[in-house]
Amino acid sequence: MLRLTGLTKRYDRGDPALNGVDLVVPDGEVVALIGPSGAGKSTLIRCTNRLVEPTSGSVELDGEVITALSSAGLRVARRRMGMIFQEFALIERLTVMENVLSGRLGYVGFWASWFRRFPPEDVRQAFHYLDRVGLAGFENKRADALSGGQRQRVGIARALMQSPALLLVDEPTASLDPRTSRQIMRLILELCGERGLAAIVNIHDVALAREFAHRIVGLRKGVVVFDGKPEALTPDALTTIYGSEETDA
Amino acid sequence: MTQVWRRRTTKAQWAIWAGWMIGTLIVAQGWHFIAEATLWDFVWDAPTQAADMLGRMVPPRWSYAPAIVKPLWDTVNIATLGTLLAILMATPIAFLAARNTTPQAIPLRPVALGVIAVSRSINTLIWALLLVTIVGPGMLAGILSVALHSIGFFGKLLYEAIEEIDPAQTEAIAATGASQAQVLAYGVVPQVMPTFAGVSVYRWDINIRESAVLGIVGAGGIGLQLNASVSQLAWPQVTLILIAILGAVAVSEWLSAKVRAAIV
Repeated sequence: MLRLTGLTKRYDRGDPALNGVDLVVPDGEVVALIGPSGAGKSTLIRCTNRLVEPTSGSVELDGEVITALSSAGLRVARRRMGMIFQEFALIERLTVMENVLSGRLGYVGFWASWFRRFPPEDVRQAFHYLDRVGLAGFENKRADALSGGQRQRVGIARALMQSPALLLVDEPTASLDPRTSRQIMRLILELCGERGLAAIVNIHDVALAREFAHRIVGLRKGVVVFDGKPEALTPDALTTIYGSEETDA
Repeated sequence: MTQVWRRRTTKAQWAIWAGWMIGTLIVAQGWHFIAEATLWDFVWDAPTQAADMLGRMVPPRWSYAPAIVKPLWDTVNIATLGTLLAILMATPIAFLAARNTTPQAIPLRPVALGVIAVSRSINTLIWALLLVTIVGPGMLAGILSVALHSIGFFGKLLYEAIEEIDPAQTEAIAATGASQAQVLAYGVVPQVMPTFAGVSVYRWDINIRESAVLGIVGAGGIGLQLNASVSQLAWPQVTLILIAILGAVAVSEWLSAKVRAAIV
């Protein structure tokens, strides 16, 4: 279970990107985080695994206070938080297998990873996940030789390799066509169901969010302005989140 | 009302005209000065001299070939070992100098940048002059001077490549819980590998040419024979040496082109 309490991030100048966000995500729940550009969706995800250091507030995963950890402790905690990116963020010049195995870097020593000597169990797992995401037989292809949908599948397999308790998913479909977007969202949802993973999914596409998420959280100017079931996302609620067409802001 | 648009303001336009005017005057004055200081008899005589020298240079003295095999081999070795030494030293320096991988912004990064600047600003031949007096004449001085000058070249190009990598890839590796060394090994190294290999062979290629003249100051290689032949006015020998150097350079260029094509 993930618990964010009073999470605030203030960049050097201007309004805070996140302003006192409280959010609890139980295991197995997929939360879609929607909101206009600049609402703080990406900042929220990056503050959760401290790729961006929050200004105040706390992040707690399964009772462990992430925001209180030293850098060594944080590295161990990050293993439990798989991250999936909009532009996939694969290592372009490495093979699919190396990319998937990189999900285990937090568990293996430097020289073992340098010489690509991962434990046999990790390699077995990697083959298993490649099969699960529909990329069996792709292990020796280079990441830059794949299509967008295939790359995102590699990204998902990499995140699963971490044996995560939580998935942080940042705009997984923004670089994909509509059909591939639906396939990827479905895959993420299925995997969370199979493994009982909590997930926060930043997403621009409200229709996709409504269809695939268990719960929708609306963020506006760094503040949670909506939190409820997809059915509760009425036109009025959408206006609260995105503002009306006629007004700026 | 007609709307008028100009690319520059009138003032900017006048400033540009004035700039061209001053530039033209400087060139004209400089030309005049050079013409005054030139001994034109020598200049008019140059084509005759060149033709005369060329006449004495051919045919090459092929029988001299066995004597330059060893120095030519030394030259290639000076370039190769010097380049390898430079790569070994410059790689860590580049990681210290790159803004996104340096462990310490002050004072480590400026020190690394300083090493690169000093190494680059002193020519290989000058390094050789210094090193011949320190370690004595011979190949060792040549290898070290090639290495010391190449550190700057290699380090600069590599650290610029490191600064230009895609940060999303390193972020993704950091997010898995990888250590900082692993972030370098997986997030940075694969991205700079093409530059690393490309610059290595390119510098090796340059160093073959540079080490051909190091013998002039006593730092080993074929430059010694070249210098000796020129001072003895043994022009057919000079021709042969130039042909040998040309051959070595051609081979190194061919090899480095092959390597670069293989690693994109």
